[in-house]
Amino acid sequence: MNWFHFIVQNHGQVLELTLEHLWMVGVSTLLAALIGIPLGILIAHRPILNKPVLATANIIQTIPSLALFGFLLPVPWLGDRAERLAILALTLYALLPLIRNTYTGIRGVDPAVVEAGRGMGMTDRQLLFQVELPLALSVILSGVRVAVVISVGLATIAAAIGAGGLGELIFRGLAMVNNQLILAGAIPAALLALLADFSLGWLERRLRPR
Amino acid sequence: MERDPHNGPAIEFRNVAYDLPTGQVILSDLNLEVLRGEILVLLGRSGSGKTTTLKLINRLLAPTTGEVRVEGSAVAQEDAVRLRRRIGYVIQEIGLFPHFTVERNIGVVPHIEAWPEEKIRGRTQELLQMVGLEPSLAARYPHQLSGGQRQRVGVARALAADPAILLMDEPFGALDPLTRSELQREFLSLQQRLHKTVVFVTHDLNEALRLGSRIALMEVGKLVTILSPKEFLHSTDPMAAAYVRAFQSGLDSDANRGTA
Repeated sequence: MNWFHFIVQNHGQVLELTLEHLWMVGVSTLLAALIGIPLGILIAHRPILNKPVLATANIIQTIPSLALFGFLLPVPWLGDRAERLAILALTLYALLPLIRNTYTGIRGVDPAVVEAGRGMGMTDRQLLFQVELPLALSVILSGVRVAVVISVGLATIAAAIGAGGLGELIFRGLAMVNNQLILAGAIPAALLALLADFSLGWLERRLRPR
Repeated sequence: MERDPHNGPAIEFRNVAYDLPTGQVILSDLNLEVLRGEILVLLGRSGSGKTTTLKLINRLLAPTTGEVRVEGSAVAQEDAVRLRRRIGYVIQEIGLFPHFTVERNIGVVPHIEAWPEEKIRGRTQELLQMVGLEPSLAARYPHQLSGGQRQRVGVARALAADPAILLMDEPFGALDPLTRSELQREFLSLQQRLHKTVVFVTHDLNEALRLGSRIALMEVGKLVTILSPKEFLHSTDPMAAAYVRAFQSGLDSDANRGTA
């Protein structure tokens, strides 16, 4: 039985695992955006905080994912359900590209434009929402794109702690020494990553300021 | 006793100094009055403190010591955002918002002041005409305009809410000589109708002579002298004379090359 037949025959299960996968990636990216984008804005305006925040996000990024899942396992409430834990870990990994790109995007806005806005009497808030964020949007979005692509890959490892997702097929295949089963998990995961990459890339180009 | 704000100078610097946090002195002991309806040119080389002087007026910078007054009241006491909305500001790099159309750029201050949409549109059309731009340009983006057109939009944007005071920081500096000359001429005729109080920063004596009601010459953070353009050309002040010599030697060498 090759991987394609497996998917066709078990399409219900594969679909379910794909949706689980997407759910983990989607929720974690959303959480990471809610934390990372404001943090990026903050450090773009408060240069003193820039080093410690980026360094912390960098360190998180260097923790091997399997180890991070393991560390978090004994944490109460979180460890009760593998899915929560996986989402938290994925959120932590997605933070760095989001913080860094928001920071870079806002710092990259032409200072003359910001000064003109300030000189015309824009408040900090107006400057942020009408000038800085719109002009930084495509850079921030490319951070989202990186975060999503990383998450799709990492989420397969979440199956190791029983969080489900397409990784389940991969781990089952590894345990049963069945390459077709591994491919049945790996190929849809790769396709998801490519799809996210293309669609977010398209959006990013659409929103790039001229 | 306070002077009547309606008769006093539009802008006043009283013993103003500005130091960087590092202690470097940028501006010292500045006393200056800008009269209502005049074009006061701040002339000097880069680093002479011209731009700093300008930014002290709309509170983009705050003086280390001394006081800046606009229309009779100290700017330090005013809300910075309100103050800036009633002072037009044009800078060399123009600072047009690249993601806004020409219309939206011109309407920035009216928008943040929450004018009704229709009034903004009417004002934009009026301003486009005033600065000599086709109404059809309203829907374009800044990158679709020439340098001269962009600078006109910059001027229109500064005039949008009809401020009594206009601050201009080398607004025509990046333009080619012909376009610059054209914009200078148009700016003068505009000023004859609008009678704004203008503070105009330049390092170009030709521009200063052409536009200025008075020329304030600055050097290393100090005001050297204030002269009318006519006085400037015949000034015995060594600094002013040096500018005039440099200016004339430019003309002479052009002339010599022409006859050689």
